[in-house]
Parts: sequence; C-alpha cells; structure tokens
Amino acid sequence: MFHIYCPYCEEWREEEEFHPKGQAHIQRPIDPESCSDEEWGDYLFFRDNPRGIHHELWVHAVGCRKFFNITRHTQSYEILETYRMGETPSVTAESVKREAIAAAASTATSESAEEVRA
Amino acid sequence: MRQSNRLKQGGRIERSRRLTFTFNGNSYEGYAGDTLASALLANGVDIVNRSFKYSRPRGIVAAGAEEPNAVVQLGSSEPSQVPNVRATQQALYEGLSARSTNGWPNVQRDLMGLIGKLGGKMMPPGFYYKTFMAPASMWLTYERYIRKSAGLGRSPGESDPDIYDHLNRHCDVLVIGAGPAGLTSALVAARSGARVIVCDEQEEMGGSLLASHQALDERPAADWLSDVLAEMEANANVTLLARTTANGYHDHNFVTLHERRTEHLADTAPMVNGRRQARSRLHRVRAGRVIMATGAHERPLVYAGNDIPGNFLAGAISTYIRRYAVVPGNKLVLSTANDDGYRAALDWLDAGREVVAVADARQAPDGALVEAVRSRGVRIIDGAAVIEAHGENRVSSVRVAPIDAAAFRISGEIETLKCDTVASSGGFSPVIHLASHTGSRPSWNDDIIGFIPSLPKGMLAAGSAQGLHELGAVLRDGAAVGAAAVRDLALDAAEVEVPQVASLHESAAMALFQVPHDKPTLRAPKQFVDLQNDVTAAAIELATREGFESIEHVKRYTAMGFGTDQGKLGNINGMAIAARCLGRTIPEVGTTVFRPNYTPVTFGAIVGRHCRELFDPERYTALHQWHVENGAEFEEVGQWKRPWYFPRTAKGKRETMHEAVARECLAVREGVGILDASTLGKIDIQGPDAREFLGRVYTNKWAKLPVGRVRYGLMCKDDGMVMDDGTTSCLAEDHFLMTTSTGGAAAVLEWLELWHQTEWPELDLTMSSVTDHWATMTVTGPKARDLLAELTDIDLDRDAFRFMDWREGKVAGVPARVFRISFTGELAYEINVQARAAMHVWKALFAHGEKYDLTPYGTETMHVLRAEKGFIIAGQDTDGSVTPEDLGMQWAVGYDKPFSWIGKRALTRPDTVRKDRKQLVGLRPKDASVVLEEGAQIVLDPQHAIPMPMVGHVTSSYYSPTLESGFALAVVKGGHERMGETVYLPMADGKVHEAEIVSTIFVDPKGERQNV
Repeated sequence: MFHIYCPYCEEWREEEEFHPKGQAHIQRPIDPESCSDEEWGDYLFFRDNPRGIHHELWVHAVGCRKFFNITRHTQSYEILETYRMGETPSVTAESVKREAIAAAASTATSESAEEVRA
Repeated sequence: MRQSNRLKQGGRIERSRRLTFTFNGNSYEGYAGDTLASALLANGVDIVNRSFKYSRPRGIVAAGAEEPNAVVQLGSSEPSQVPNVRATQQALYEGLSARSTNGWPNVQRDLMGLIGKLGGKMMPPGFYYKTFMAPASMWLTYERYIRKSAGLGRSPGESDPDIYDHLNRHCDVLVIGAGPAGLTSALVAARSGARVIVCDEQEEMGGSLLASHQALDERPAADWLSDVLAEMEANANVTLLARTTANGYHDHNFVTLHERRTEHLADTAPMVNGRRQARSRLHRVRAGRVIMATGAHERPLVYAGNDIPGNFLAGAISTYIRRYAVVPGNKLVLSTANDDGYRAALDWLDAGREVVAVADARQAPDGALVEAVRSRGVRIIDGAAVIEAHGENRVSSVRVAPIDAAAFRISGEIETLKCDTVASSGGFSPVIHLASHTGSRPSWNDDIIGFIPSLPKGMLAAGSAQGLHELGAVLRDGAAVGAAAVRDLALDAAEVEVPQVASLHESAAMALFQVPHDKPTLRAPKQFVDLQNDVTAAAIELATREGFESIEHVKRYTAMGFGTDQGKLGNINGMAIAARCLGRTIPEVGTTVFRPNYTPVTFGAIVGRHCRELFDPERYTALHQWHVENGAEFEEVGQWKRPWYFPRTAKGKRETMHEAVARECLAVREGVGILDASTLGKIDIQGPDAREFLGRVYTNKWAKLPVGRVRYGLMCKDDGMVMDDGTTSCLAEDHFLMTTSTGGAAAVLEWLELWHQTEWPELDLTMSSVTDHWATMTVTGPKARDLLAELTDIDLDRDAFRFMDWREGKVAGVPARVFRISFTGELAYEINVQARAAMHVWKALFAHGEKYDLTPYGTETMHVLRAEKGFIIAGQDTDGSVTPEDLGMQWAVGYDKPFSWIGKRALTRPDTVRKDRKQLVGLRPKDASVVLEEGAQIVLDPQHAIPMPMVGHVTSSYYSPTLESGFALAVVKGGHERMGETVYLPMADGKVHEAEIVSTIFVDPKGERQNV
C-alpha cells in the first residue's frame, strides 16, 4: 500500500484515501473541432506505459478532494515526488537519465584519478 | 510408554505443568513450553502425515516455520477447525486436539499409499494434467476425487466463534525477528530514542540464542537474552510482539504482522469478564525503517529415501534436544557439508545416545566442532554422504558412500550402517522472503552458498538474513544495522556494547545439494526436494528434459515451492538440481520470487471486524425506520438500503413481489404513490461560472435556463459515451442543484472536480455533495396535486407551477423545495426537506394521504414505471458504449453550443456515426405473459447455425400491469430503423422467445399525463 504525500494537505497519508486517475499532463486540445479523428483518438485512448519514471494524476478523494500529480517509478513503485496541479515535475525520465550519466562520468573520473595515483 | 524420548532434565519446558492432548484420536502427554511437534516426538510419534501426491508416510523434519510435513488440522469442535497449522509452530495447551490433514483411512494404513508405491513411476510431473485431461467434461468429477486424496486440511463447516482485530501502527524502526541480530539492532534503536516494534514468530523471543551452546560475555546466552528483553520491556517506546509473524512486506515499508494472542491457550479464545478475547491481531505497520533479522533456514541434503520418518535437519535435532529436552531417536547418522551439522552430533552425544558415524562431504575437515566430535570417539567418514535411507515407517539403516560431488557420482565402496535417525545439513539459506515480496530478485552469493536479499528502499537486513554465520559477527552486524537505521531517520545512534563471543575455528563449508546415487537420478529411489508438494529430483530432471528451462516454468510444472510451503526448505536444492541438469550455474538458472504470506494467515485475521453487519458500510435514508416498520423488503443500491417493495398482508396471506409491484404500479397510474428518493445524488454548484460549467459538462444547453426552472441533462465522457443523467435546477443565477443517479453520485462529483481542477481552473465555482442533507419524497399520480395542496402554501396551479418548475415554500410547516419533475410519467412533485425534518413531513403526507389511498412504493415499481416511459437508467440501459444518439436522445444534445462540450467531438468519429451501432429500442414479446430475461441475446434468425450472429441484448425487462404484458428495453444493431420487425431471443433451456421492436415509450407517448 502506497504512502502518499498530499501536496495540498502537506501530510503523508495512506493510499486508501486516494484514487488514481491515470497518466498526468494529458491536456484536452483547446479546439477539439479542429482535431483530426486521429488526433482526437490519440487524446482519448493512447497512454504511455513506461518501465521507469511515470507521471500520474491522483486525487485525495476522501481528504481534501484536490487533484495532484505523482512521479512514480513503475518498477520499484517508489514515489519520487508529488506536486500540485499546474506545477512541473522536477524529477523526469530525462533528469534521472542525466543524473545517471553524470554519476557514471564522475565515477569514471575518480577511477582514472586513481589510475594516475597508482 | 509415556514420553519415552524425553530427557530427564534440561530444556525450556515447565515439567511441573503436564498437559494432555490428542493426535489422530490418541491421547498423549506433554509439558507447558512444548510445541505440538516436540510433544509428538517426545511420545515417539513417527508418522504425522501422508504425503500430498504419493501418500508416503512422513514425519517431522524441522523445528520451525520451514516444517513441510507436520501440517495438521487443529480444533476439537467443528467451528474451531483450523487447517494448515504447522505442529512445529503450535504451542501445546491442555486439551489440544489435532489430526493429520492427509491419509485415508488413517496415516498408519493408507490406501493411497499403495497407489503411490505401485504407481510412483507412473506419476511423473504433470501426471494429473496428462492423465485426466480427456474428456474435458469429466475434469470436475476427477477433480473432486483428486482433491479428496490430496487434501491439505479443510475449512470449518460452521461459523467461527472467534473475533479478530486490526490495528494500525506507526514506528520508526520495525525489527522482524528477535534473534541475536534483531535484538542487538532493536537495542541500539531503542537506546537511540526511536519508536521500535520488535516481532518474532516464536512463542519466546531469542531465536537461535534459545538453544545456543555459546556464551555471551562469558555468561549463558539465555542470561544476556533476559537482560535485553527486560530492558526493552521497560522502555515505553518499544513494543515487543512475540507469537507475531511478519507475513507480508508491502510498498513503502508497509508490513502486516499477524499476532496470535490466544492460540497457545485453547482452540477458541477464552472469555474474560464475559467478553470473548480477540484471537489474533493484524498489525498494519507503517515503519520508517524495517530491519529484516529473519535468520536463516538450514537446507537438507537431497538423497534417496530422505522423506522416511527419522530424517531430520541437523539444526532441528539440536533444537529439540536443547530447547525441549526431546531426543527423537537412538542411533544417529549425520550427513553434512559444513561444521554446523556437528552441533547435532554433540547434542546427541550429550543426550547419552549413540552417534553411529558422521559422513562429511568435505575432505579432511578440521574445524573446532569437527574435532570436538572426533575427540569423543565418533567415526567421521571424509568425502562421503548418506546416499540412501531405508525403512518402512522409520529409518532402519542408511547407505553411505564416498562421493565426487563435481562429477556427480559415487567414488568408492558403499557401506550400510544401522541407525534410526539421519540428520543432514547442506548449509544455510538466508530467510529473504520479505525482501522479495515487492518484487526484488535476490542474488546468488558463492561465499555463503545462498541467495542474499536485494533490499527494497527503507529495508535493512541484519545477521544471518544477509548470510552472516558466526554468532559474534551476527551480534556486531545487528548493532551496526540498528545504528544505520536510526541514522537514516536523523537520530543519533546510541553506543551499545556488543557481547563478546569466543570464535571457533571453522573449516569451509562445501556446496552440496543433491547427493549422487549409484543409480541415475531417474532410476534411483525417490530423492525428495520439496516434501510438502512431493517433488523429487527426478521430476525436476524430467521437467528440464521436457524442455522446461526457465525456473518459473519448472516450478509450475512440478509444483515445487507452491502452496503454504513457499519453498522454504526445497527451493534452492531444486534450483541447484535444475542448474545441474541444464549444465548451468544457479545464478544463471535464477530464482523464483516469494509471495505473501510467509506462513498461512487465517481468513479471520485478514477480515478482522469487517464481517457480518460491518462487512460493508450501510447507508440509510432519514426515513429508513418507517420503511422497516412498514414491512419493506430492501434492495441494495451501492451501499444504500432502499425499499424494494412494500408487501401487504391480507387475510393472513403476504403478497408476492409480483403482486405488490402490480398493486403499487396501478396506485401510481390511477391514484397517488410515494417514493423515498433521498438516495438520489445531489450536488450543490455555486459561483458566477456555474452556468458556463454546466454547459460544458452536459450535452444540452444551460445558457437560458431561468431561475425556478429545472432541466434534464445527459452527461458523457469525452469519448461521447453516456456516463450519467439527472436533472439540474436553477436556484439563482449563480446557484444550481444537480441530481445524479444513486450509484453514480460520488463518481460524478469527482468527475466534475477533475474537469474544474485540471482543465478549467479559471472557472469560478465550487461544488459540494448535499445528498445526505436533503431528503427527497416523490409524490406522484393523478391525485398528487390534491394531496400536496392540503399540506403546502405553494401555489400548485398547473399554470403557476408548471411541469419542470421548482418552487420554494413550506410543506407540513417545514421549509421545502418542491420540484415538478417526473420519473413515472405521471403528475409528480419531488419534495425536498432537510433530512432531520423528513420523517415529520413523510408522516404528515400519510396522515393526509389516507383518503387518497397514498401507496408507498419501492425501487421495483419505480423501475417498471420509468421503463414504461422509456426513461433510461445510466449503467443499466447504458454500459459505457452507448451515445446519446444510440439512445435516440438527440433532443438532449446541443449540437450548436459554442463550447465543444465533453463528448461532442467524439460524436463525429467514424465509429460513433456507424449506422449499425446498437441502438435503444422497446421490445414487446409476442406472448404477453413472457417477461424476457435481462441480458438475453437477440438474434434475427433463430434457424441460423450456431454460433448465431447476435445483434443486441435486453437491458431492462418487466411485467407491466398497465399494459397487462411483459415489455423490455433493449439495444439492437441499427434498431431505430427496425421498428415493427420481429427478433428472437434463444434461451439457455432451448426455448426461443419472439418479440417485436417497438418505440421505447409504452405508456402515454405524448407525455400528457405528467403535464396535467
């Protein structure tokens, strides 16, 4: 059972208080009538299913009733952050990848430093 | 002889408290402090069960949770039956009554055993699937007998008298396992000021210290143990839970602990002050850090005949002797691949019994324990192992041979030794189950010859659970892990002096799993890997030969590690055998994952108090008591209890539902009826942009609805499919009251909030549920106006208070909102008052209604009346694939509204404009007495070969007393163009009903009656 930090209540609460509402940041096209059938179908039916970082929309259903976003790792189920509607996530698949590359680079540097010392 | 295997002294048992118990109907004696298993062994009971598949006699093998054979049925009466109890984990109490779960007619003489003996070779893995697969229709018959012969206990046939509790708990550090590692880590955490919970599955805390030879700080281990427990007991921040198993590790450090509070006392919980005590508690713990100090399980060696009673784990022998003063035999042969196994030999010697020989798979072992045994004159055979045990119902001899483990063959002379007991030790497997409950896969470690856990975030492992072995190292690790856990939580770690333990010289352990035999595995006598599921080494070899290469497939094909056992004893041996057969290493073969629960949990504990009347919340309207007093039958609508119909009793005869509904329907059509409609969802919407918002979420127009008027609205999802419907009234320019279906109320509010909060936060409005605040009473029928006029100051004149108007005033002296809307097709007033005034108004209506024969009606009559009018119920006549146009409700669609409302764009998608979509129509059965089945499939040609093309199905169907005929609503492909056509409904019993497609409006097509 997830332990979720509601960014509006500013409290950790049990998953039982929340409902998941699918992928976050799906914006309804401003002018639906000018969408092609394909574009409208994409908006309606197609969702990402990543292995890794995923942004999800949740609602604090039996708490403050506010909708907010969760950034969750779909393999470990770790929740990396929660943030309010309209905010942009600070942890994304790209940011995690960048950090991994940076970490690998710094390890490589320290290894080569060790080699120099040796 | 009584307790013939009990030693004269020693053990942690209370010899002054004798307890009697029965096993398979025979009476025995034991002591307080015994487990059922130790008491059975004390009494020399060899056979405790018959095996699952081959019905072979089985005895006790282990002393803890890993016991695969001694799984018993507990309970002296029918309601107290508990299946799946491990005798090794069941404390003995006075009057305990247990039976073997398997064996017919009994475990001593088992008929299935003959089949197992004769047919052993004929029962390969997949036997049941391969043998009983044809004809498929017979499977259910086969299955009944297979299950009877392969039972693992049965559920009680009567209701459980016990009660069970759930507790929610929070702590900084949860320590699972109170052995040396768990206790030192808990001690550090507690002294650091953390809130600590320590749980341990055994009757007593202490783990391996309870049976340890080793001194801690030159004192007996038991003394150190009682000091530590006393200190923690005195600390208010520490909760010690003995008899408590951590059964499941779930996401984000959520752990379920099952605390057995009374199972050591009696088979049902005792009464205290007239109240039954809770039998067990399920603690739902959210922990800052979880320390897994679950220890290790010893691995048995896999050799022929290793399931004959008398084969034990080496460590279990030590536990029975040291903790329970029970020595389960006379002549012991030990087969080991490590030094630890020698402890069993030493304990056996100390108990004054004979150790025939030790077969050590290693060459020239010289560890301290080895030398201790050698110095007592025991013969140690180097480089050898027990390759086969003989015996019927108890081991009588073993065959020992030198082995070449790498080449997997016998490398010398086989000799036969007389003995009655075999102890084996293949090494230790860390108990990593909890760490893998959320999906982490453990990794193989060659140094410890076992899997070590991959830890989820927030979990730490200490001691043997991560492969440590030597007691001193385990204690130091516990302290270090405890300190790491509190530092993670930003606390300062307290200093704890770890007790000193003399370290012993140890010779390296050897990796040995299956012992080679002089015959090849497939032809050798059975070598068991998983005793509980009767999986042999040959079965695994056969599975790999048949092409099952993935360990997950091998597991499912052979059933290794299934069921209540979860592979505690056999999994690693099985993987090692699969690896050998496939020519791979164990890490290449990989491991299966463990799932909750670690040991079986009774359903009562899972359910807790959420049973019977507390199973699901029940919602009552303010008028519920009146309905009860007036004999209503109730229907469940979501959590609501709604009156279904009100049967009357005349001349001692109670109406059937059919009779009551017919009477109620006619009362509404001809006189006046009243419905408690309070459960209708009600949402109060306020704000300057409320009207704009309604225009976006409903399919129809709201821009011009004046104050005082009501409008019906359809709500779609953005895919154009109808989701809910209801009426919304304009209370003021910036104030509306929306109604929703009873079942959809919460979901509709969440849906509206979703759009407001995520897409249109700029719209200024607020929404609030007022369902429970207002009671709703629908007074309907030709005489409704006459009745209401007697009680209200509102002008009910047909032109002053028109259909689809609402008015505010007083009803029975109470402030009320009255809505002239109709779900029956008759003149109708929906009276809304504050819920607390509802009973007063309702009774006043009945006081005045007597002369009009005011008739209460329930949901069944409501359904008949609305269906006669073709009014839909969202979720019954629609199913998420029906558009407003499919319903023929274009009149409720504002095609030219300026904002592209939710669902509009989808209505022009190619799929939604198909001509052959299923469309809502009426059905009139040709035989008026037929009431079609809801859900019945509709076909055009009943002569068509099966499978017939199905063109639709019945969504609502009733008998109409007004039409004196059955009638139905249905969805039919292209139905709107098929008026007057005949369709057919083939039923399961072979009958075919004939029906005509008609308009959905069966009564008063012009809608004159509601407008009077």
